[in-house]
Amino acid sequence: MTVFGVPTQALFGQLLLGLINGSFYAMLSLGLAVIFGLLNVINFAHGAFYMVGAFVAWFLLQHLGISYWWSLILSPAIVGLLGIVIERTMLRHLYKLDHLYGLLLTFGLALIIEGLFRNEFGSSGQPYRIPDQLLGAQNLGFMFLPNYRGWVVAASLTVCLATWFMIEHTKLGAYLRAATENPSLVQAFGINVPRMITLTYGFGVALAAFAGVLAAPIYQVNPNMGSNLIIVVFAVVVIGGMGSIMGSIVTGFLLGVVEGLTKVFYPEASNTVIFVIMIVVLLLKPAGLFGKAQ
Amino acid sequence: MVAAINTPSPAVAPLLQVKDLHAFYGESHILHGVEMTVGTGELVTLLGRNGAGKTTTLKSIMGIVGQRRGQVTFGGTETIAAPSHRIARMGLAFCPEERGIFASLSVEENLMLPPTVKAGGMSVDEIYALFPNLKERRRSQGTKLSGGEQQMLAIGRILRTGARFLLLDEPTEGLAPVIIEQIGNCIRQLKQRGFTILLVEQNFRFAATVSDRFYVMEHGRIVDTLAHAELDRRMADLQAYLGL
Repeated sequence: MTVFGVPTQALFGQLLLGLINGSFYAMLSLGLAVIFGLLNVINFAHGAFYMVGAFVAWFLLQHLGISYWWSLILSPAIVGLLGIVIERTMLRHLYKLDHLYGLLLTFGLALIIEGLFRNEFGSSGQPYRIPDQLLGAQNLGFMFLPNYRGWVVAASLTVCLATWFMIEHTKLGAYLRAATENPSLVQAFGINVPRMITLTYGFGVALAAFAGVLAAPIYQVNPNMGSNLIIVVFAVVVIGGMGSIMGSIVTGFLLGVVEGLTKVFYPEASNTVIFVIMIVVLLLKPAGLFGKAQ
Repeated sequence: MVAAINTPSPAVAPLLQVKDLHAFYGESHILHGVEMTVGTGELVTLLGRNGAGKTTTLKSIMGIVGQRRGQVTFGGTETIAAPSHRIARMGLAFCPEERGIFASLSVEENLMLPPTVKAGGMSVDEIYALFPNLKERRRSQGTKLSGGEQQMLAIGRILRTGARFLLLDEPTEGLAPVIIEQIGNCIRQLKQRGFTILLVEQNFRFAATVSDRFYVMEHGRIVDTLAHAELDRRMADLQAYLGL
């Protein structure tokens, strides 16, 4: 069976791969969007935290025998805490300055963190096995779906939608949205905005670490895994519109799929298609597909 | 009778006492030693020309200026070093000149946003009774409201919190006379309910109808003070201060 001259098996295979990549784009760009919204910091260390998240899971399993499932909670908690420390001790001092300084600081942090890990672990990856419960695959009739890959898409969708719901439909989210618009007024109502900023950074970073744990069994756990991914994620954020919550989720999944389809129909462009889309979007709608013009 | 209650008596410590208050935005020194007091239940209005430092005085009391120095005691507690969220928790609430309605929040979310800081705030029903327009439009986006409705929302949302000291920055600015009348009624009701109000107002006519006492600001200082009863006698002075 073929579609436009392409075997369906290959088409669905790439579509699934696209959805997997999209799951990571969505989780990472969502964290970037939440952080940028409140802190006005373009968090260049996001890829490094994603990598650290994967390494923490690897370390927990390798040296302490702690399972994948516990790592899904523990690793984001540990990396989130690291983010909180970084916000308290470093980022906090830069809010009064231009955005550029936050970007430079987090970029420097990313280089340092990745350098430390390369020094310790080299550039070859550490294997991380798929948890037993998720081994195997389902025969969907038109294709085989490996259980772990299905889980990644489902987990990413759940986490992204839960984050969206929390921001758009809860009291806590209302504080966050209001503080994104006018932090000093929200603070003058009696809300501890500095603490909220710290926790938001911790949350965004924890989201990256969660993505890192999900990624560990798929990609090898390797010090460069974040920097390979983060450039694409920044393109996703630009296309979706900086600071838009739903925008970053939808754009993340969408561009993953577009990338996958490009691999089927015109493989030569698969590494560049996202950047081509970014250029077109920037020319036609500089604020991004879901962004509001300022 | 009301006037007699509201005349500040030196025997009772004022609710708010400001001494030698200086405020800075970056390099610019905006307030140069403001001195003022507001007694419990009083409605005091800050008058002065544009740029005299009225808004900065309110923001300094709330702790949301770049830097402030001097003494601001509220209910006997010094607040000069406190962050603004802690000051708010003492029972002060601020309604900013630009109204500060959040575009990403619905009317209802805007109304429910400020946390309760003290028991005894007005209920949502009471606030909707005071401003019926808000109830009709509670599902709308906050900034889709008219200017008058936004002002009602900005006042309404701080009445819910239980704060008994309200700082209102130009609540009538840019509003139609019929809306100004509604805001005036609201402020009189708040006064009857025992709220203490520090008002900044360009609209002198409006301020004269609700205030117990006035301070006049010039160049970041308080230059004069007068009670409501002195208005007629001191009209010429006021005209000179304000360029009416």
